[in-house]
Amino acid sequence: MTMAPPAHSTAPVGHERLLHQGGSSLSEHRARFGLRPAHTPSGVVDLVARSGLTGRGGAGFPLHRKLEAVAGSSGVAVVANALEGEPLSVKDEVLLTYSPHLVLDGLTVVAEAVGARTAVLVTGAQETLERVRAALDERRAERYDRLRVDVRLLEDRFVSGEESAVVNALNGRPAVPRDRLYRVFDRGLNGRPTLVHNVETLAHLALIARYGPEWFRSQGTPEEPGTFLASLDGAVEYAGVVEVPRGAPLLDLLTRAGARLAEVRAVLVGGFHGAWVPATAVPHIRMSKASLSGYEAAPGAGVVYVLDRQQCPLVVAGRIATYLADQSARQCGPCVNGLPRMADTLDRLAYHGRDPRLVPEIERLQRLVAGRGACSHPDGTVRMVRSTMRVFADEVAAHLEGGCSAQTPR
Amino acid sequence: MPRLHVDWTRCDGHGLCAELVPEVLGSDEWGYPLPRSGERDPTVPRRLLRHAEHAVDSCPLLALRLID
Amino acid sequence: MTHTLITALWYLGRGTGVSALVLLTLSVCLGIVTRSGRRLPGLPRFALTDLHKTAALTATGLLAVHIGTLLFDPYAQLRLADVVLPFQGQYRPIYLGLGTLAIDLVALVVATSLLRHRIGPRAFKVVHWLTYLLWPLALLHGLGIGTDAPSTWFTALSAACVGLVAMIVAWRVTPAFGERGRVRVPREVASR
Repeated sequence: MTMAPPAHSTAPVGHERLLHQGGSSLSEHRARFGLRPAHTPSGVVDLVARSGLTGRGGAGFPLHRKLEAVAGSSGVAVVANALEGEPLSVKDEVLLTYSPHLVLDGLTVVAEAVGARTAVLVTGAQETLERVRAALDERRAERYDRLRVDVRLLEDRFVSGEESAVVNALNGRPAVPRDRLYRVFDRGLNGRPTLVHNVETLAHLALIARYGPEWFRSQGTPEEPGTFLASLDGAVEYAGVVEVPRGAPLLDLLTRAGARLAEVRAVLVGGFHGAWVPATAVPHIRMSKASLSGYEAAPGAGVVYVLDRQQCPLVVAGRIATYLADQSARQCGPCVNGLPRMADTLDRLAYHGRDPRLVPEIERLQRLVAGRGACSHPDGTVRMVRSTMRVFADEVAAHLEGGCSAQTPR
Repeated sequence: MPRLHVDWTRCDGHGLCAELVPEVLGSDEWGYPLPRSGERDPTVPRRLLRHAEHAVDSCPLLALRLID
Repeated sequence: MTHTLITALWYLGRGTGVSALVLLTLSVCLGIVTRSGRRLPGLPRFALTDLHKTAALTATGLLAVHIGTLLFDPYAQLRLADVVLPFQGQYRPIYLGLGTLAIDLVALVVATSLLRHRIGPRAFKVVHWLTYLLWPLALLHGLGIGTDAPSTWFTALSAACVGLVAMIVAWRVTPAFGERGRVRVPREVASR
């Protein structure tokens, strides 16, 4: 497609780029964004490198490095990953509801860049599957592009969205991660070099392919350019998805969610594998790796969970840790043994307190579990627990005395 | 320097490796190898390389590899 | 061939057969101990595994001599084809055939074991299960074909081997065997 975009399509101004409000059909997509210009494979890699686009699935890996890893390989497989995994994350589903054609455009760009004729999109929701298939039918009917996309419904458990787990599932094996020495860009889907991209990353790519890297960089920070989708939940009035630039003040997100800072105890940034930002720090924190690193947090896949003063943070953290322990793939000894013990100890601190040995036991289990497993599930869980013990140290002290500062009884 | 890598999807905590290179690997309370240095893939000093190779060969589940 | 040489071959054939059976018994037992993840007093796990391998390979070497000598022993009436194809032999074909089958399995198990780093743990393990078939075949072969079979010492030796294997296999099937003597949550090894 080498036609110039129609005169009335303009690059999105501001930070609202991805969630197209004008309708999700192909004709509305064309009306808004025009046609996609063609790029050579090296042109795409160059665009991506100059834009500084990083993965929006949580790991934040620079996209151009993934593309370079498979450059020169033949038979590359491309997978669009819409498995959110994280229960608090809804952004991928929302994105595919509002802008499926942006995602599919991005998928086509990657496929063309690596010479793939077919691609796969994986999702955990039946409605999403049907929506994507309907969008593909439109594209086929209007001969919009030639990419054949196989849409697959996979089980959406916490670890099943990890890229080697996705590839395993597509290869007919159990949907659990592989040993980290096996890289999917070496051998993945049916043994071929495989690229797995989060659907939001692909949507950004679709816009970069039209409007260029400088446009992409017009939002965000120089080190972390662009915008991202955040899923807001917890003690908020308006839970849901918002799009903000990288480096946006955390307070902006809370305001948009209708949270009252006076009632906020802390904010969990980055989802269940993230870390807590106490209310006192919220006005100074921005949604960037640089700003959040002081609290061991990162934007991750954009999940922001607000904790108010009504709930005991240790109870909440214990519940999250228990969930994460239950979601272990159970392949690896330290994880399947250590996570339930750690969650259980945290629960005991939350509900019974008083035993001074609980704190060193939690720390011991953290050291035992971190870095010992095929994937980063134990490490992420440890990050959340460690952050809990640090940020809520006063609460821990209160519990050891047999008290709790939460306003509702446990 | 070579590193010992544990394939955790295979390891079942037999413990032969911890016997053969105890300077590099201890065992946790469930029997799984625990690098003494705290690294994910602990480095193996040259003088212990032979024993590390013995450990790689002895693991009943082929869960060990020397990398780099 | 002189009569002395023939007799020597015959004794060597029988001797290596019996020794191989003993070493195979030892190897099977040590294999199960390895699988258990336990140690024996004075013997760490890696030593038990090394012994298991050494016993198996030594048994294989003895079996090579066992077959070799019997090929040259005119009384054994053993042809080369009988070494791989079972039940075609002249002398006690059924019992000979069991031995042939056992040898075929030994070749398969040893080959996959030496190549285990290439073929991966799953393929290695599946073939290794055949040792549970291999050992009784070897024992029955020895009891049926061996000219020492009716003698007291061989009966006692066979009974000891059977007793040892029976005990260890009985332990193998108890549920406590599984978690390697530790209190822990079992992993779920995804079947692929």
